[in-house]
Amino acid sequence: MSGAITDAHADHIEHDDHGPTKGWRRWLYATNHKDIGTMYLLLSLVMFFVGGSMALIIRSELFTPGLQFVDPAFFNQMTTMHALIMVFGAVMPAFVGLANWMIPLMIGAPDMALPRMNNWSFWILPVAFGILASTLFMPGGAPASGWTMYPPLVLQTGDAFPFLIFSVHLMGLSSIMGAINVIVTIINMRAPDMSLLKMPMFVWTWLITAYLLIAVMPVLAGAVTMLLTDQFFGTSFFLAAGGGDPVMFQHIFWFFGHPEVYIMILPAFGVVSEIIPTFSRKPLFGHDSMVYAASSIAFLSFIVWAHHMFTVGMPLTGQMFFMFATMLIAVPTGVKVFNWMATMWRGSMTFETPMLFSLGFLFLFTIGGFSGLMLAIAPADIQYHDSYFVVAHFHYVLVPGSIFALMAAVYYWMPKWTGHFYNESLGKLHFWLSTIFVNVTFFPMHFLGLAGMPRRIPDYSTQFTDFNSIASVGAIGFGLSQLLFVYVVYQCARKKGEVASQAVWDNPRGLEWTVPSPAPYHTFATPPKISSDAAFS
Amino acid sequence: MSDNRQPEPISTKALTLRLLALAVGMFGFGFLLVPIYDVFCEITGFGGKTNAEAVTNISTTADESREISLEFVTTVNQYAPWEFHSELDGMTVHPGGLYEAYFIATNLTDKHKIAQAVPSVAPQQAAAYFKKLDCFCFSNQEFMPGEEKMMPVRFVVDSDLPEYIDTITLSYTFFDTARLTDNSVEMAHPGHSKQ
Repeated sequence: MSGAITDAHADHIEHDDHGPTKGWRRWLYATNHKDIGTMYLLLSLVMFFVGGSMALIIRSELFTPGLQFVDPAFFNQMTTMHALIMVFGAVMPAFVGLANWMIPLMIGAPDMALPRMNNWSFWILPVAFGILASTLFMPGGAPASGWTMYPPLVLQTGDAFPFLIFSVHLMGLSSIMGAINVIVTIINMRAPDMSLLKMPMFVWTWLITAYLLIAVMPVLAGAVTMLLTDQFFGTSFFLAAGGGDPVMFQHIFWFFGHPEVYIMILPAFGVVSEIIPTFSRKPLFGHDSMVYAASSIAFLSFIVWAHHMFTVGMPLTGQMFFMFATMLIAVPTGVKVFNWMATMWRGSMTFETPMLFSLGFLFLFTIGGFSGLMLAIAPADIQYHDSYFVVAHFHYVLVPGSIFALMAAVYYWMPKWTGHFYNESLGKLHFWLSTIFVNVTFFPMHFLGLAGMPRRIPDYSTQFTDFNSIASVGAIGFGLSQLLFVYVVYQCARKKGEVASQAVWDNPRGLEWTVPSPAPYHTFATPPKISSDAAFS
Repeated sequence: MSDNRQPEPISTKALTLRLLALAVGMFGFGFLLVPIYDVFCEITGFGGKTNAEAVTNISTTADESREISLEFVTTVNQYAPWEFHSELDGMTVHPGGLYEAYFIATNLTDKHKIAQAVPSVAPQQAAAYFKKLDCFCFSNQEFMPGEEKMMPVRFVVDSDLPEYIDTITLSYTFFDTARLTDNSVEMAHPGHSKQ
C-alpha cells in the first residue's frame, strides 16, 4: 500500500518536470495558467491597437471642424466599436491575463482551479471579437448606437445587430467563466496559513472583481437578449408602442454598467497596491482598510447606476439618492488614495518604470475621480451630460487609470515572466511620453465639455477648433508612444535585457518572488510554507 | 491533490456549481427587473405613466375652488404616416370633475393601418392623479385608407393632486404598430428606408 503511494508520488514529480507541449497544440489546448495568461495579455495588446486605431480615426476627423475623412455614419461606428473593443477587448482581458499569471503565483497554487474552463474562457474571446469585427463589412455597417446600445436607436442597426448581441453574449460568457475560475482558485487553493486577510491586495481586488462580474455580466446578457427579442420575436420590452419603456433599458444597462466600470478599476487598485510598497520599501499602509474600502466600493457600485441618466427625468428624491450615494464612493476611494500616499511617506523611494506608472496612475486617476464628483452633482450634471466633459472624465479614469496600471503591472512582473529586465531607459521614456500625451489628449476635453461641445459628433462649431486640434495631436502622440511599449516588451520577451534575479526587485513582498526567474512552467506543485510574520504587501 | 493546503471549506465542484447558479440567477434577475420596474413606475408615477386600463368607481364631484391648467402635446413617432393633433390646445379643469377631450388622427396612406397611442403625463408627480375613465389609448385603433378619426379621452384629475401642481401636460405619441404585428424585414430596419 505504502509502495503504491510512493510510486504515485514519483509519477507525480516526473509529471511536473516535463515542459510545455511543442507547437500550436501548446496554445490551442492550453491549460497552463501562465500560457493562458500570456495569450490573454497578447490578445488585449492587439485589441488595444485595434481600438486605438479607431480612436485615431475619430481624432483625425475631429482635428478641424467640417467633415474630412469619414462620413457621420462611419464616425458613429468608430465611436461605438472603439468603446466595445477597449472595454471588452483590451482592459478586461488584460486584467484577466494578469489574474491568470499572478494569482496562482501569489497564493502558492500550482495552477487555476479549473484549467479546462480557463482554456474555454480564453478561446471564446477571439471568436467574439472576430464576430464583432466582421460587422464592419456588413450591409448597414457596424453598430453605431454607442457602446451603451440604447433602444430604439440600436434597433436601427443593420444586419450587424444580431452579431453585436451574440458577440456581447460571448464576451459575457468568457468573463463569467473567468470570474468563477478566479473565485474557486482563491477560495480553495491558497497555501496553508494564508488566511483571507493575509492575501496580497491584487488577489483581494480580483476576488471582489470576480464577484462583481458574476453579479452583473448576466444582467447585461439579459438586457441584450431583450433587445434581440424586441427586434426579431415581437416582444416589447423597450418599445413604447407595445407597452414597453426605452428608459427601462437604461436602468438595466447601467445596473450592469456601473459595477462594470469598477470591474475595470479594482484590479488596477490591486496592481498599484503591490507596486508602491515595493518601490517605497515599506509594507502597504492599512492593508485591511484597503480590503474594506474595495469591498465598500463594490457594494456602492450597485446603488448608483442612475447617475448615468439624470436627464431622463427622475423624481427629486431619486436624484438626491443617486447623487449622495455616488458621492459616498469618494470616501472609500479616498481611503485608498491616502493609504497609497501613507505607504510612500518616509519610504526609501526609487523611481523605476513600474513605480513611475503607478505614480502617474495615482495622480491622474484622482483627477478623473474629481471630475466624477463634479458629474455626480445632479443639478450640474444636466449641463455636463453627454458633453466632452464626460469623455474627459471617463478617459482619465480608464487611460491613465486602468491602462497605466496595466502598463505598470507588465513592467513590474515582466522580469519574473521572462527572466530578463526590460530596457529601463526606454521604459522611462515610454512613461514620460505617455503621461505628457495622455494629458495633451484628454485635458482639453474638460474645457470643450464645459463650453458645451457634445460627445459623439463628427463635426463641431468653429469655436471648439483649438482644443480639438490639441487633443488630436496628443492622441496621435499617445498612439505612437505605445509602439515603443511594444518594442520594449518584444525585446524583453526575446531575453535581450539584463538577467533578473529571483527576487527581481529590492526585497519585494509576496510569494511570486520566491520562485525562480523566469517562473518555471510548473510552480508550487507542493504548497509553500508561509512564516507566521509574513505580511503580504 | 494530497497535500496540506488550506482545508477546503467547500469542494471545488460545489463552489463552481454555486457560482454558476449565481450567474444563472442574475440572468433571471435581469428579466425580473422588468416587472419590478413596472410596479415601481405604477406606484411612483415614475416616467409619467398613467393607468393603462379604465378607472371605475371614482367620484366626480368637481372642486370648483381650484383650477388646473391642462395642456395637450401630440407627437407622431418616426416615419409613421399619420397626421395627429388635439382638438383643443388645452383646457382648464377643476380637480374631481369629469371631462372629455378629443384627439384627431388621419391615416395619410392608401393602406389599412393600425395605430397605438401611448400617453404620458408631466410633471410625473401628477401621473398617478390623472385618471382616465375611457381612452383611445386603451386599445389599438384601426384606420381605413385615408380615414380621419375623432377619438375621445374621458378623465378626472384626482382632487388629492398635490397643491403645488397647477399645470399638467398630457402627451400622446402615435405609433404605427406594423413593427409589432408584422415582422417584415423592411419594417424591422426602419433605418434602411433612408438609404
